[in-house]
Amino acid sequence: MGRLEEWIAGGVVITDGAWGTRLQELGLEPGALPDAWNLERPDRVEQVAREYVEAGSEVILTNTFRSNRITLAGAGLEGRAAEINAAGVAISRRAAAGRARVAASIGPSGKMLMAGEVTPAELHAAFLEQAGALAAAGADALLIETMSDLEEARIALSAARTTGLPVIVSFAFDTGRNRDRTMMGVTPEQAAAEMAAGGADAVGANCGAGIDRFVPLCARMRAVCSLPLWIKANAGLPEWRDGRAFYSAAPGDFAAYLAPLKEAGAAFVGGCCGTTPAFIRALAAARESL
Amino acid sequence: MADLQKLYDAVLNGDQKTAVAVTQEALAEGFDPMELITKHMVPAMDEVGRRFECEEYFVPELLLSARAMKGALELLRPLLAASGAEPVGRVVIGTVKGDLHDIGKNLVASMLEGGGFEVIDLGADVAPERFIEAVREKNARIVALSALLTVTMPSMRKTIEALEQAGVRSDVKVMVGGAPVTAQFAAEIGADGYGENATAAVALARKFAQAG
Repeated sequence: MGRLEEWIAGGVVITDGAWGTRLQELGLEPGALPDAWNLERPDRVEQVAREYVEAGSEVILTNTFRSNRITLAGAGLEGRAAEINAAGVAISRRAAAGRARVAASIGPSGKMLMAGEVTPAELHAAFLEQAGALAAAGADALLIETMSDLEEARIALSAARTTGLPVIVSFAFDTGRNRDRTMMGVTPEQAAAEMAAGGADAVGANCGAGIDRFVPLCARMRAVCSLPLWIKANAGLPEWRDGRAFYSAAPGDFAAYLAPLKEAGAAFVGGCCGTTPAFIRALAAARESL
Repeated sequence: MADLQKLYDAVLNGDQKTAVAVTQEALAEGFDPMELITKHMVPAMDEVGRRFECEEYFVPELLLSARAMKGALELLRPLLAASGAEPVGRVVIGTVKGDLHDIGKNLVASMLEGGGFEVIDLGADVAPERFIEAVREKNARIVALSALLTVTMPSMRKTIEALEQAGVRSDVKVMVGGAPVTAQFAAEIGADGYGENATAAVALARKFAQAG
């Protein structure tokens, strides 16, 4: 029995949608580091988290995607990594108030291992620090997401596993004509098999493409591993009008993919870029009629 | 006798050690540095680009080939400079203000270097004034702007406007790229071109260099 068995015993679990765009609507400066708001504007971060819980999210994430010290260094905040991560979990836990579980977000470092921009030891230390802070603050699971490089994902997974929490690893398949490779060329089969071998409790795909592309991704991951699958799709591809990004999919069209995704093996379904609480409400409604 | 097919293969396969060794051997035997680049290394990089387009190669392979090319170029550059040969072109590159992401920009910079360009890399979160300064100081004719975030894409427009106000816009070709950037967006903000990926960026820069 996997450690997430209890989470998914009731069928497909609805997770949350995008946070960054909502934080911008609430006043976060374009280009500013969203994670810094865990310390500066915790009320607004909590508002976003609460909107998702109220929309029907059973698992919410944390505003800690960029809170590893390597990425934080870009904003001069590397010395506050532990604090920002702890605050992120505390905010999501307050918003969840026992109604949702908290999977704490760990994103990529933004540096490329094979180009020598960062060493494996530096990566491991950064992820160890972040995972430790997230776990100590009471996260229910750790989510390593939007990964592109298999080696970086492996390092993050091994660091996250030291906490003893369940670990989910999710990749961004955004490259190639079929959007079925990561930027580094990793296939869904490679990602799923490698992460299963590395001791992940769930694997998946997020970002990268519209939700229709996730059905085959799911099926391909299911073919090589038996772990629960985690899916967070974009609301279609962005279109540009007046210098702003608009995503093409409507909540109802998005939620129509819940059944095919479940069929293909998805256990957790939510949204990435361009999705809002309306998408989560639509997913929750679609699940009622599964 | 240096086996120049090996130089081509080494660049294509991302084998820096062999690329450097064959280049050294060829130079010792008196081969023309420019010919090594144009007849052997550039065609290898073209094949790398073709394989990337066909999805046989991905970013790791591009990086390895660019590194092999760079290793060989480091031996050749001083000789070319001494003989007065100019680079294919000079490119000022950077990720625009507000955006700290540099993976895509670094990849394009490596590929441009591999393509024989002199690259002035300003890093990430680069203010418009710094692009202007670099264009003036280095006499660059191409400016390459990168953004990974949808929210920092307006900085591309601001940088182009600043080039305009500084009176250098007509001296340079501006190319833009990055995950959320599209050809439509490039046209909307008045850029001269859009590169969908690193190899497309090199092809575009070559087009600009030839036209200039």
